Amino acid sequence: MITATTRRLAATIAVASAAAVALAGCSSSDPLSSGGGSGDSDTIVVGSQAYPSNEIIAELYAQELENEGFTVKKQLNIGQRKAYWPEIENGSIDVFPEYNGNLLNFLLQSDGEDTTTETTTEGINSALADALPSDVKALPSADASDADTYTVTQETADEYGLKSIADLEKIGGTISIAANPEFATAAYGPTGLKEKYGITGEVNQQNDSGGPLTIKAIQDGDSQVADIYSASASIKTENLVTLEDPEHLVPANNVTPIVSEDLDAKAADAIERVNELLTTDALIELNRQNSVEQKSAASVAKAFLQDNDLL
Amino acid sequence: MNLFAQGFAWIFDPANNVGPNAIGVRLLEHVWITLLTVAIAVVIAVPIGLLIGHTGKGRSLAVGVSGGIRALPTLGLLTLLALWIGLGVQAPIISLVILAIPSVLAGTYSGVEAIDRVTVDAARAQGMTPWQILGRVEVPLALPLIVGGIRAAVLQVVATATLVAYINAGGLGGYAFSGIANQDYAEVLGGSIVVIALAIAFEIVFAALQRLAVPAGLSAGETRRNRRSTRSSAPRASTPVEGTHP
Repeated sequence: MITATTRRLAATIAVASAAAVALAGCSSSDPLSSGGGSGDSDTIVVGSQAYPSNEIIAELYAQELENEGFTVKKQLNIGQRKAYWPEIENGSIDVFPEYNGNLLNFLLQSDGEDTTTETTTEGINSALADALPSDVKALPSADASDADTYTVTQETADEYGLKSIADLEKIGGTISIAANPEFATAAYGPTGLKEKYGITGEVNQQNDSGGPLTIKAIQDGDSQVADIYSASASIKTENLVTLEDPEHLVPANNVTPIVSEDLDAKAADAIERVNELLTTDALIELNRQNSVEQKSAASVAKAFLQDNDLL
Repeated sequence: MNLFAQGFAWIFDPANNVGPNAIGVRLLEHVWITLLTVAIAVVIAVPIGLLIGHTGKGRSLAVGVSGGIRALPTLGLLTLLALWIGLGVQAPIISLVILAIPSVLAGTYSGVEAIDRVTVDAARAQGMTPWQILGRVEVPLALPLIVGGIRAAVLQVVATATLVAYINAGGLGGYAFSGIANQDYAEVLGGSIVVIALAIAFEIVFAALQRLAVPAGLSAGETRRNRRSTRSSAPRASTPVEGTHP
């Protein structure tokens, strides 16, 4: 009994140490950890957030890179920015589809600074270039924007005649906004709403990032406004109305690839080629196929590339 | 600075103790949600547990059903119910009641089952009706385990009630959700410390209740033999029972 246990223990330790040695061997020969790397053995690591729409974009980049002959390793679905950003900074991930406005605010907040007051794509991208660490760079932004919005139901829009955020004053009183907790402290949240439009708002904190609970809040009348991302398929499928933002309260949030500084120029070209095709409408359609038709991110991305003659 | 120090500093920051999101307000909501949930679970599970323990029937069914429902992830259940019956406190309360029922149920039927059948037989032999047996023999003897089941349920619910804030229905969990989203880890930790303190407070209260629930003449840890030798009045009830045992 004792010898059997001991033998098993010894075997376990042996396997564990062998695995450790093997892993150590891998990491020391890993061309990515040094960042540099040369020759054709290079693998490009593409990451994505735990956000289906982001995963689709990562698939688009990854499949186009593979098509160009690069060896690609996908690390999709890595949680929130706080979880994956260190991996980008230390060079473990080479390509990541990001969003310029929200990434800029994340970097500013991480440094203990206030969120940005820039709202245009150009303004944000130039601020972002300053905020990014030296080892990574942003490629040109896509036209597609997946920004926070002030969105209402069709019924609310009809009832009060709402077209822009400024029209919210017709509802009167304090406007309840169903949104993520980030929204409460963001510059484009209730503080900015008061400053730019003179409207008082409060956040009904729903934590599903514009998902079904957030939509439920406006459909049931718990809130009048919801923060639904502009590329969300539910704006169409749930018949919602996104209010216009004439005062530029909400910053642009264009899809912007973040890549390591030493990424192969050919690889950067491939990513930019895909990015040029990404309009907000195209992104909504990709999201719809994924969330409504339940097609996988990989197959949605493949079909998109084929339709655009890239594959 | 030490993160724990920041967490405590957050708790005692006066700015966090004003308005509808004040720590005191959220704490009371949390206590209220916990007690209401467990009270509902007790009303549902104790009678069923007593019935199972008393009759000895339906045990596997109850265990299977309550265990099966218990296996549903509370956050998923809460989201599903909220989408079905609407946002507000009902959906989380139902999810938490489902979480609390198995502990209370198990404590109750095992409390009744653990009673020496000889004691129950003796009560019946003395002419007690089934209701009298239940009320005067089984419930008092099972009470420590019933309270133990409630105690376990309270601990689970007080911790899981942090999820209520997922749909903005109150409680202490909102600090964790907003703290993580806004990278304010002092808030996350401060809120968690309050939840932990509350859980410990509930534990202390229910541990005391559990001791009080032990009927006079039957204190935990004492064996029958001890009692017979140290006390003269208490064993009288059990002596004839053991005498008649074949």
